[in-house]
Amino acid sequence: MAARDPEETPRRVTDRRRFLAGTARAACGVGAAGLLLGLLARQGAARPAWAIRPPGAGDEADFSGLCVRCGLCVRDCPYKTLRLAELGVPIATGTPYFIARDIPCEMCEDIPCVKACPTGALDKGLTEIEKARMGIAVLVGQEDCLNYLGLRCDVCYRVCPLIDKAIKLEKQHNQRTGAHAMFIPVVDSERCTGCGKCEKSCVLEKAAIRVLPVDLATGALGAHYRLGWEEREKHGGPLLPDIIDLPDRTPGGAL
Amino acid sequence: MTGAAASPARRMLARNKWLLLRRSSQLGILALFLVGPLAGLWIVKGTLASSLTLGVLPLTDPYMLLQSVFAGSLPALTAWIGAVIMLVFYALIGGRVYCSWVCPINIVTDASHWLSERFDVPKGWQPKRTLRRWILGMTLVVSAITGVIVWELVNPITLLYRGVLYGVGLAWAAVLAVFLFDLFVSRRGWCGHLCPVGAFYALAGWFALLRINAVQRTACDDCMECYAVCPEPHVITPALKGGEKGGGSVILSSDCSNCGRCIDVCDREVFRFSSRFAQATDAMPQRHRNAA
Repeated sequence: MAARDPEETPRRVTDRRRFLAGTARAACGVGAAGLLLGLLARQGAARPAWAIRPPGAGDEADFSGLCVRCGLCVRDCPYKTLRLAELGVPIATGTPYFIARDIPCEMCEDIPCVKACPTGALDKGLTEIEKARMGIAVLVGQEDCLNYLGLRCDVCYRVCPLIDKAIKLEKQHNQRTGAHAMFIPVVDSERCTGCGKCEKSCVLEKAAIRVLPVDLATGALGAHYRLGWEEREKHGGPLLPDIIDLPDRTPGGAL
Repeated sequence: MTGAAASPARRMLARNKWLLLRRSSQLGILALFLVGPLAGLWIVKGTLASSLTLGVLPLTDPYMLLQSVFAGSLPALTAWIGAVIMLVFYALIGGRVYCSWVCPINIVTDASHWLSERFDVPKGWQPKRTLRRWILGMTLVVSAITGVIVWELVNPITLLYRGVLYGVGLAWAAVLAVFLFDLFVSRRGWCGHLCPVGAFYALAGWFALLRINAVQRTACDDCMECYAVCPEPHVITPALKGGEKGGGSVILSSDCSNCGRCIDVCDREVFRFSSRFAQATDAMPQRHRNAA
């Protein structure tokens, strides 16, 4: 089949040349457009920390492959918490999010937004709203938090739907007065759903406690790290039989 | 010869019958979505990407679902059901019926075309019609590489729908860009050459049953009105002029969007809707000639 037609006319050659040139041009043009689109996709993957995804949304990579940006979750949100990113907002266009300081998630028991999602971008496996991980509240503004100033504001703690589980108050000595206690709001990142009610109700001009996306609000141990006390428990005793006991020293050099 | 030639000039309304029906369909569908947020009457929720009608009928754009799958995701059952319903529907009535009877951008590009003809704007860049299929393939490849439903980043159809239904943002700029592109860069460029959504639906409607039929093609007086008005004029020739070569009178090209403009403008009433299996009136003598 590869043999050339001996009666090939110059005209057919130019036709073929034109065809090949046209095909190459189309391929290159479309390839360039594809590159731009790919860059746009990469760029659009960035999400500002104030934009919190609805309950049941996986990490951004999973989410952007499933969300068709139809807004059915927005429609079924009874509190108008959710909205779709308009073109021009620095979030992947058309994807749902909420701003905790504006309208937080009310943590509906039947989770209508997840039910409404046709593609599973909001995971149908989420049936208990307390297991949602929209984000994690972090007390970012310690210097201005009224409780840190020794007052009894406690509002974030009081409004938390999981009071004493997701936010606890921990008693500390007030060094400034030397006589009083401080009640420090402490978030349990295992229990916090990221609903944002604390951020919404923070009485400060700018909220001292804020919901951040989970990956921003958490650290991670190195995969090779082992906690000695846990390993010892698992092992049922010290892992090394004759551990060397070095002398304890204090900074002053005294034993 | 039909009585059409003898009849007085048809009135404006009759000459634009299918156009008006099409505009009613395009705007009516948008209105169905819009009465929810405007009047609290929830008939259809969502957008053209995925919707829920009367709380029971899920519809999902199959092209969107395809990109999602290419992006390495496994969409939930509801989306699959919705996509299959859409695919079957458009496979029967003509894939690009989506373009001419549903898509809101069609109104924009038609307006652009009307202006460009009226003010004689040069046609500009006219790439091959297969380009949109290349772009369709490219969006699937880029979806696979990035893991993102990639056409949704720029799709003016859903940008416009979301803009109208959920808050406009800068969506108007995207729509304006398509309008200006069609007006000054490439006449009929967006819908005719670039849009991968149209390319997808054309493929979906490859064997569509509902087609346009040049059933009275022997009455054609070569006025060329249909060619002037057709957004995809290359689809007309085989059906209208193929009679001498024994070709059928049905427009079989999947590029045809069943918009019906040719039916509207033809004074000889050559065209009408029919099934793809229908025969032209001149097919019989044709066969006799072949047999002889």
